[in-house]
Amino acid sequence: MKVELENLTKRWGDVVGADSINLEIQDGEFVAFLGPSGCGKTTTLLMVAGIYKPTEGFIRFDERIVNQMAPKDRNVGMVFQSYALYPHMTVFQNIGYPLKLKKVPKEEMQKRVQRVADMMGIGHLLDRKPAQLSGGQQQRVALGRALVKEPQLLLFDEPLSNLDARLRLSMRSEIKRLQMELGITSIYVTHDQVEAMTMADRIAVMKDGRLQAYAPPEELYDQPRTLFVAGFVGNPPMNFMEVEVDRENGDYHARREGFDVVVPPDRGEKAAGRGKVILGIRPEDVTLADEGVSGEIYVVEPLGRDDLIDVRIGDAHVHILADPTLRLKIGDNVKLKFNTHKVQFFDPATEDSLLWT
Amino acid sequence: MSARRQNLLGRLFVYGVLILIAAIWTTPTVGLLVSSFRPGDDVVASGWWTVFRDPTEANLSLDNYRIVLGTVGDNPQLQEKIQRGQENINLFGAVLNSITVTVPATVIPILIAAFAAYGFAWIQFPGRRIFFIGVVALLVVPLQIALIPILKDYIALDLSGTFLGIWLAHTGFGLPLAVYLLYNYISSLPRDLFESAFIDGASHFTIFTRLILPLSLPALASFAIFQFLWVWNDLLVALVFLGANPQVEVLTQRLLGMLGTFGTDWHLLTAGAFVSMVFPLVVFFGLQRYFVRGLLAGSVKG
Repeated sequence: MKVELENLTKRWGDVVGADSINLEIQDGEFVAFLGPSGCGKTTTLLMVAGIYKPTEGFIRFDERIVNQMAPKDRNVGMVFQSYALYPHMTVFQNIGYPLKLKKVPKEEMQKRVQRVADMMGIGHLLDRKPAQLSGGQQQRVALGRALVKEPQLLLFDEPLSNLDARLRLSMRSEIKRLQMELGITSIYVTHDQVEAMTMADRIAVMKDGRLQAYAPPEELYDQPRTLFVAGFVGNPPMNFMEVEVDRENGDYHARREGFDVVVPPDRGEKAAGRGKVILGIRPEDVTLADEGVSGEIYVVEPLGRDDLIDVRIGDAHVHILADPTLRLKIGDNVKLKFNTHKVQFFDPATEDSLLWT
Repeated sequence: MSARRQNLLGRLFVYGVLILIAAIWTTPTVGLLVSSFRPGDDVVASGWWTVFRDPTEANLSLDNYRIVLGTVGDNPQLQEKIQRGQENINLFGAVLNSITVTVPATVIPILIAAFAAYGFAWIQFPGRRIFFIGVVALLVVPLQIALIPILKDYIALDLSGTFLGIWLAHTGFGLPLAVYLLYNYISSLPRDLFESAFIDGASHFTIFTRLILPLSLPALASFAIFQFLWVWNDLLVALVFLGANPQVEVLTQRLLGMLGTFGTDWHLLTAGAFVSMVFPLVVFFGLQRYFVRGLLAGSVKG
């Protein structure tokens, strides 16, 4: 089912939950709503589910406006962060509850619950109460309950944030696989950018109730349209520093105290002659070299596979990833080479990208 | 002195104090219990503790209970005792009346209050806050204030002296506390549960009967015990709204009557008091298991 949000707004008095959200989700697409807590992603999700009524704007399911439609008529399945299992019912009753409310005949209900439970790998736990299950199993029950009514739209509200790190990884791939196999249009709310990047076909980045960007993960990563998106997506986060870009002898130089790199003309030209702009570059695009910008190591954080190194250049700090076998120490002097084909430039006032608008 | 020994002494002290308090609290009750098994003449002649000197000499029997429950039969000895002006002290009818009054007067307010509490907690409607504050404010109004106006209305409506009248009276007096207690509990249930049920297609009524009631059992049970004990032990409301009609008289009224008629018959009064205690105890132990914590365990995580 295709979902369209048009100028979708939710206000409670002066408090704005979601502010003119415009986006469309193709049939079968997996879309993630990504943003820090309080950014309006759950509010938007609950409007799609029908729990909240929009203040303004429209929600369309396959061209049909569903603003006033009751949640039960929307044929959506939802998985909650807290799982929201009914504690006094068994797993079977929990999964079967949506069917019971739809007055599905007993035998068919039995069959469908069993099939979903087997698919989720909890077919042997049907007689247990939720309290007797582990976190991962409870999560599967919640997922099963959302799937059993064969919804046209699946909604996930941070479903993995209560699981431990290992389980989160395996459930992540499992949900993604399941979604691809079933081909159900899905909206997945998360504050974890890794989850969003790995699972979603497209990511809607939100901040303060506004949609910041809506793009496939790669595009979001390589062509961030705002400073916020650039800083929020990617781990470790992008480095930012204020520079001035000038044209000299046909080359574009990005300069600040103790820092002078030549940037490619296609990027440099958009940032040149604007006074101070913000240069952004990802840690993996800065490498140690024999010559280049010199700096002093300020902090070394071992991450295992890499060391995350904070290098001070004048009064700016740049994080880079380095090989742990180099055994770099605080106070060492290093030279840095910037992969200037990957630099980003942002307007410091509007925080919009100078490259991708 | 080692720390362990000190610890032991401390515990002995605590236990000692606890036992002492328990003993002081229990002694009068034990005295009443013993008296209820003794013949009337003995009760007047000597203290109940004398029984423990020589239990075989004490003439303990169930006669007092037979008399107050009206199960004397044709035992001539007992009938003779009753001859001394002790007819019509049959508590049996009064027990039935008390049950007839108490059970609906407990169930009706719980039903109404649960609906109201759900509405206040989870349904948006204009004036919700004002109404709720009004209900809570009624908690501080003493019921004595309402007795006379309500009695006047009851007489006009012909409800005075009827069971329906006293059910409604107890319901009204019990509702503010019930709504308040249940509201606190129901509003603390996790929001996700309701949202999930809504999406699954449940109506407010289904949510109420299938989710709220089962999940609120601990709160319902504790209020049920409060209300049951209050109604069962109530004398004032019964006196005002039921009146002195022996047909509908409840236990507390009948006990009071016994005191008035036979001011000295302690042996019968004590037996009657223990008969009246049986039912609250049954209710308490029956509902006690619902106080088990963790009924919500496994519902939501985090």
